[in-house]
Amino acid sequence: MSKTVSFITENFGKYDPNSIDSYLSIGGFTAVKNALAMSSKEIIEIATKSAVKGRGGAAYDTGRKWSQAASVPGDNKVVICNADEGEPCTFKDRNIIEKDPFRLLEGMIIAGYTVGAQNGYIYLREEYRHLRSLLRNAIQQTMDKGYLGDNIMDSGFSFHIHLYSGAGAYVCGEGSTLIESIEGKSGRPRIKPPFIKEAGLFLLPTLVNNVETLAIAAAVLQNGVDDYIKYGTPDSPGTKIISLAGNVNKPGAYEIPFGLTLREIIYDIGGGIPDGHKLLLFQLGGASGKIGSANILDTPYTYQGLAKEGLVVGSGGVLVVDDRTRVIDFVKSIQDFFIHESCGKCTPCREGNRQIAKIIDRFVEGNQKPDDLHTAERFANIMQNCSFCGLGETAQSAFLTAIKHFPEEFGIQQEVAK
Amino acid sequence: MKMINIKIDNIDVTVPEGTTILEAAKKVNVNIPHLCYHPDQAIKANCRICVVDVAGSKKLTPSCSSYVFEGMEVQTNTKKVRDMQKGILELILANHDQDCLKCLRNGNCELQSLCQRFNISKTNLEDTVDALPLDNTNPSLVRDSAKCIKCNRCVEACQKGQEVYALTHSHRSVHYNITPAYEAPLEQTFCVFCGQCSAVCPVGAIVEKDDTAKVWDAIHDPKKHVVVQVAPAVRVALGDVFNLPKGSIVTGKMVSALRRLGFDKIFDTNFTADLTILEEGNELIKRVTQGGTLPMITSCSPGWINFVEGRYDHLLDHLSTCKSPQQMFGALSKSYYSDITGIDPADIYTVSIMPCTAKKFEAQRPEMKTNGVQEVDVVLTTRELGRMIQSAGIDFIDLEEGQFDNPFGIGTGAGAIFGATGGVMEAALRTAYEVITGKALPDLNFTEVRGLEGIKESTIDIDGLELKVAVAHGLGNAKKLLKQIEKGESPYAFIEVMACPGGCIGGGGQPIKSTMDVKAQRIDAIYQIDENLPLRKSHTNPEVIELYEKFLGEPLGHKSHELLHTHYKSRGMKYNFKELME
Repeated sequence: MSKTVSFITENFGKYDPNSIDSYLSIGGFTAVKNALAMSSKEIIEIATKSAVKGRGGAAYDTGRKWSQAASVPGDNKVVICNADEGEPCTFKDRNIIEKDPFRLLEGMIIAGYTVGAQNGYIYLREEYRHLRSLLRNAIQQTMDKGYLGDNIMDSGFSFHIHLYSGAGAYVCGEGSTLIESIEGKSGRPRIKPPFIKEAGLFLLPTLVNNVETLAIAAAVLQNGVDDYIKYGTPDSPGTKIISLAGNVNKPGAYEIPFGLTLREIIYDIGGGIPDGHKLLLFQLGGASGKIGSANILDTPYTYQGLAKEGLVVGSGGVLVVDDRTRVIDFVKSIQDFFIHESCGKCTPCREGNRQIAKIIDRFVEGNQKPDDLHTAERFANIMQNCSFCGLGETAQSAFLTAIKHFPEEFGIQQEVAK
Repeated sequence: MKMINIKIDNIDVTVPEGTTILEAAKKVNVNIPHLCYHPDQAIKANCRICVVDVAGSKKLTPSCSSYVFEGMEVQTNTKKVRDMQKGILELILANHDQDCLKCLRNGNCELQSLCQRFNISKTNLEDTVDALPLDNTNPSLVRDSAKCIKCNRCVEACQKGQEVYALTHSHRSVHYNITPAYEAPLEQTFCVFCGQCSAVCPVGAIVEKDDTAKVWDAIHDPKKHVVVQVAPAVRVALGDVFNLPKGSIVTGKMVSALRRLGFDKIFDTNFTADLTILEEGNELIKRVTQGGTLPMITSCSPGWINFVEGRYDHLLDHLSTCKSPQQMFGALSKSYYSDITGIDPADIYTVSIMPCTAKKFEAQRPEMKTNGVQEVDVVLTTRELGRMIQSAGIDFIDLEEGQFDNPFGIGTGAGAIFGATGGVMEAALRTAYEVITGKALPDLNFTEVRGLEGIKESTIDIDGLELKVAVAHGLGNAKKLLKQIEKGESPYAFIEVMACPGGCIGGGGQPIKSTMDVKAQRIDAIYQIDENLPLRKSHTNPEVIELYEKFLGEPLGHKSHELLHTHYKSRGMKYNFKELME
């Protein structure tokens, strides 16, 4: 029996994403119609009941975020759809945009209506430039049908959506950096306060939501929240689109109910490890995520279950690495990524990555110095504690958890580690 | 105002809402380490050395950018906090060229002080100084990216305060650098050489170009007759170098020190400030009565001139044609002074002591020549003079009070106040009123144009002639007045602009740590000098009167035109992007 489900992804493959008529023929824009018949407060209650946490990675409660955004005073607000999906091994947002762009637009319209925004911006990562025309077309057709623009369906609510493309920096997935980027500035995080919800894009009150979060909102408004929370576990209700990749037989984006174990995800959905190799480690949530070992494969994929093992859902990436790769080589690939993607603004991230990279390189070559591990751990902790933004805070997640799960790889005797 | 109660290191403190942890800590005598923080600038929070532990927060919290909340409990001195602050310091150091003993900021470096404070002895980190080439091809400033700690204070000073936007950042991660666009040398940018960047740099990454060796060489050259002039703003700031109270007036000691250094004659730029008033005042009267370009704008500040020649070259006609007091002095030193002493202009070596880095640039402008020689041979900043005095082993604090020499030794109170924003305007009004009306001014103090407000304005009634004037300091403020002129909406006849915030007392060459508080104290000192002088109007300066009688003839006369006035030209700074990219 298939362990995947189809709630957020229910429209995938059911209509032609280039045609709004095709979308309408399967009941498209029912969510918007339902939403416009409700009050902002009612929608927030539904969002709260759905218990959806932000799917970009930060896992902030969506109902709460919307409620805060709605209560910020201001008659000119902005909703940003964060489609910068920059975490390596994360491609679920791309799937949504490719296969169900209209549902994403519905989610944005609903969010705009709920918080009282007039403008929405889709910040599409540069690498997804092939999706620009698809989205532009979807926006235009939605405008033409009157679901977008001035006075949508005579509701008195007006909303416009603008498409923006990034320039390829990973850090622009961070909310305030993304806003700087749209404003034409270099991609570096912005100081808070003022908080984005109060003074974000062009200093207007701004709500930033991930693609998947918005798609869920539309799906929930269309099908009812009970249909959504029937999936999953009591603590982590609902479903999640994961990006399963790496050394598995069937990589891909899959919608799963919360509560499957990691083993089920990797072996049942992913078809196991190819060519009879053994699982070495897995990394959850992209390059900024922590890694786990085969010992904890029976952990349920829920916010709480993962937290017990020190793991997070993050972006929903599940990267599987088998025994053909050395742990230290994997850590190096992650470190190389962050050396490339740090914006350079704050000391811990800029200089910490530089120094830790040198030490990791020595480990790769086997000529590490006696103090190296201690030094690298010390500065990794400084990065986690003192960096300006989430990039620096999480850049050393893989390294630190690799030391925890594979102490022998770093020359630590097991008993010492325990 | 809502007051907030918090605990810092278990000490209760009550501060107004909106206070940062860093500021609140000062109130209970806790000095949290900081580098990118500067009291006159917006919060940047990028160095991260000011992190502290706030109860309830998993991570550490940057104290410069975090505001107090009721019941907040802050620990600034736990093992974790200290270790992480020290770690950040080690990270900065590892990418900082540590040739401290040869650095101009040795002994006056915020990074050095922190190393001392944290007892930095050894680190496990590998030094990797990743730097752009040294930028030292302009006359004013040296940028050494190997020492840059990327705190962004200079960028803030250049962009927000001055709105020059010469400095910015390039690239990212380990290649992140503070630099002009396309990593061009400063002279190929819109940089005006005001040196405000060098005044806020916590380390030695941007410093004045040190010209002290040239001056020592000249002093020791028996063939050279070395004269020196000192700008009005230097005498209220030089004491900082010797740890005197801020705003100490050290005119006499400064003159004595210069004499001991071996200068042949010590003159006062206040004298040519008075001379400037006569020329500029008459130029204004001529423009107002005979229909010249108005508003007329002062031209004493070379950073300001560079700004107009660079970005607003269509408004050059608004600038007064008067040379700055420094250059008027230089011209007279190579003409009148040469005549009366019989010394060949080529053998006269003219040194200026200025609060300003742009003066170095100004002195080297090709048109600033008189009798075939450069008018001012070398410009030293206040900081450089301080170093010369220290290097000569002169115990400055206990020096006797010396006197300036003739014939350029008398300056009036009007000349003295050139050092503060609004001073040139006030001096000009004092003279303009009396010259036009022939009557004595009832009150010499034009308080409306004094003080640190960004733009000040006033209207003066000169026997029925109503003159509307404005004063701006800091190029950002000046830009606002220029925009008015561009739109044809400027209501003013006369505008004073000083490139640096606070005027020359806040110049880019003044002693380090010239915060706004310090500038206010220097301004007070400047007006005190004015109050205490017997002569407070430029046209009553007997040496100036004598100069006109014996040599110049009359203001705006033929000789004045030749020696004391100049012309401006566009810097032609249109970016050639293609060339820069290559």
